[in-house]
Amino acid sequence: MEWIRRQRYLIDFILSSLLRRKGKNFGLLLVYTLVVFMLASVMLFTHALKREVGNVLQASPEIILQRTEAGRHALIPADYLEKIGRLRGVTGRKGRLWGYFYDATVKANYTLMVADERELADTEVIVGSAIARARGVGPGDYLTFRSHDGIAYSFMIRELLDSDTELFSADLVLMSERAFRVSQGVTGGGYTDIVLSVSNPRELSKIAEKLTQRLPDTRPILKQEILRTYDAIFSWRQGILFVLLAGAIMAFVIFAWDKASGLSAEEKREIGILKAIGWETGDVLQMKFWEGAILSVTAFFTGYLLAYLHVFYASASLFEPVLKGWAVLYPAFRLAPVVDGLQIATLFFFTVFPYVVATIIPIWQASVTDPDAVMR
Amino acid sequence: MRISLQDVHKVFNQGRPNAYPAIRGVTLTIEPNQVTCLKGASGSGKSTLLSMIGCLSRPTSGRIHLGERMLSSLPERFLTDIRRHTFGFIFQQFNLISGLTVLENVLLPAYPLAPDFKQLKKSANALLERFGLQHKAQSPVQWLSGGEAQRVAICRALINDPQILIADEPTANLDTRLSHAFMGQIRQLREIGKTVLITSHDPVVFESPVVDRVIELCDGQVVEG
Amino acid sequence: MRKSDRLLLLYVVLSGLFLLSLADTTRSPPEGAERIDRTRRMVAELGLTDPALFTEARYTRHLSQADLHSAFQDHPMALEHFPSGSLLVPPQRSQP
Repeated sequence: MEWIRRQRYLIDFILSSLLRRKGKNFGLLLVYTLVVFMLASVMLFTHALKREVGNVLQASPEIILQRTEAGRHALIPADYLEKIGRLRGVTGRKGRLWGYFYDATVKANYTLMVADERELADTEVIVGSAIARARGVGPGDYLTFRSHDGIAYSFMIRELLDSDTELFSADLVLMSERAFRVSQGVTGGGYTDIVLSVSNPRELSKIAEKLTQRLPDTRPILKQEILRTYDAIFSWRQGILFVLLAGAIMAFVIFAWDKASGLSAEEKREIGILKAIGWETGDVLQMKFWEGAILSVTAFFTGYLLAYLHVFYASASLFEPVLKGWAVLYPAFRLAPVVDGLQIATLFFFTVFPYVVATIIPIWQASVTDPDAVMR
Repeated sequence: MRISLQDVHKVFNQGRPNAYPAIRGVTLTIEPNQVTCLKGASGSGKSTLLSMIGCLSRPTSGRIHLGERMLSSLPERFLTDIRRHTFGFIFQQFNLISGLTVLENVLLPAYPLAPDFKQLKKSANALLERFGLQHKAQSPVQWLSGGEAQRVAICRALINDPQILIADEPTANLDTRLSHAFMGQIRQLREIGKTVLITSHDPVVFESPVVDRVIELCDGQVVEG
Repeated sequence: MRKSDRLLLLYVVLSGLFLLSLADTTRSPPEGAERIDRTRRMVAELGLTDPALFTEARYTRHLSQADLHSAFQDHPMALEHFPSGSLLVPPQRSQP
């Protein structure tokens, strides 16, 4: 009880003391909060994106079979579907047709794709929301593509892809097989690649091995590899953003160190007074501990909460330019809120602990001065 | 409580070439409920003596008794404890912490003792009222006049209700009128039964009728009193 | 009100909001699950393999399908296509 009362008195004192230099201390708090905000935003964003992408890609095909020609990706002839032969565990096989289209009018890259299930007429397309935004078109409007041989084909937009799926569908243009083959010049009957469904994931590597044996000019891409790749990509991205942030963090560290450690003559005098009127070294140290703790904990909470709002309720809009780069099409997406406890704990430790230490250490020397120093 | 010193020595920088004996064999007794003035030129050792009596520092040799207890043999922790409960300090430049309010400055010595907040505030307000400062309680101390600052310093020295008050050159920064006012306040303290110890070379202080006894120091030795 | 009480109040509010944010992550709104579900159905239908996050060039769009000789495969720090090039590692493949 007495301990709590004493800490409350010490907090009273340090708050009054901090409020004397409002501009300086609120400035420090602001910069500190901003640093935590940036770090927490990166952490929350990459973690949530990883989860979201990983979650959705669970539904992507187990094996994709690409043919290579002189080591480069080439069309895969339709008879490869037969050549694969019977493979235990493969429950479905299908040729995919897709490709890219550069739209010079808006300088955007589209992904053209054949979607048989949508039963599109040869003059109809379904487009992703980002394309509709970039071109300013909607259902019922027409999109014109110049084909491989220079002829312009107009397609009516039957509908837009669900905007909730934008993270995966922003730049898609779905069309019928005939429209795709004619406009893109894929007339030979080949496919872009072949998709295999496998029911038992444990058989995957065995199947992949057999595929490379039977069809030596192909390369199977497994879903596991894709997932692993994306996991690595976002970890890497987080890492690189941290590197970019490192400059800002270093600047802050220097600033904070200077602020926290550089004891002004006035502060030294005040500690002398406190010692003379009956404060012990321990009291002074505890008081300084509270200074560091109050500033850093406040900055941590505020920064984290702002980051949470930024990432999950403002669509991480500050990161958009980084992810977008020079791309024209960018999906508008909202991430499902997820927080990794360990990450938050790490962030807490690395933002709060060093600052508290940096405030206490330099005071040590000043606080062990003799209490009669003010009388000399 | 009687304070008695027996053959007290204090050497600064002992064992080094610049060693300097500030107090050289002082033996004296200070009676309770009296105002005692240590008089002497600057460098005579009066502040050093005062800081040893007030448990701010220790003698190099010799003994200091506070009542029955011998201060000079107590460990640091106990010394601080005795200092907090027994002594109140008034310093030369008052040493108030600027930026804080009058009330906060007065409360400062009580913080490490952590008394109940309501009671503490009540006694602080009573003190401020006695010294005519209640209307200034929330003003920052740097806005105060010299006389007000001096009274705040007295209130701060009294907040833990100490038995003995120690004032080191309290009138050094005051004009004559304020110095007289200060001695008036010292009289009040004596009337409520406090022991007061003042160092000064200001005639307003040591010639004041409030002072019961003057001890003169010269080069670290008692020459009179 | 004492300053320490005000600070305590601030911390009660902040930690309350913090707990609220944690609670916010555990509550999965039906529309959120719906959204993921719909996306998964579409991904399964079309056999999609990559998010449409990097549409700036054809070799960045489908990272998992990229050609071994496209820019991104050359060097993990391929800086020629900023920012994607500086942010991406080549796909990890067990087989060439």
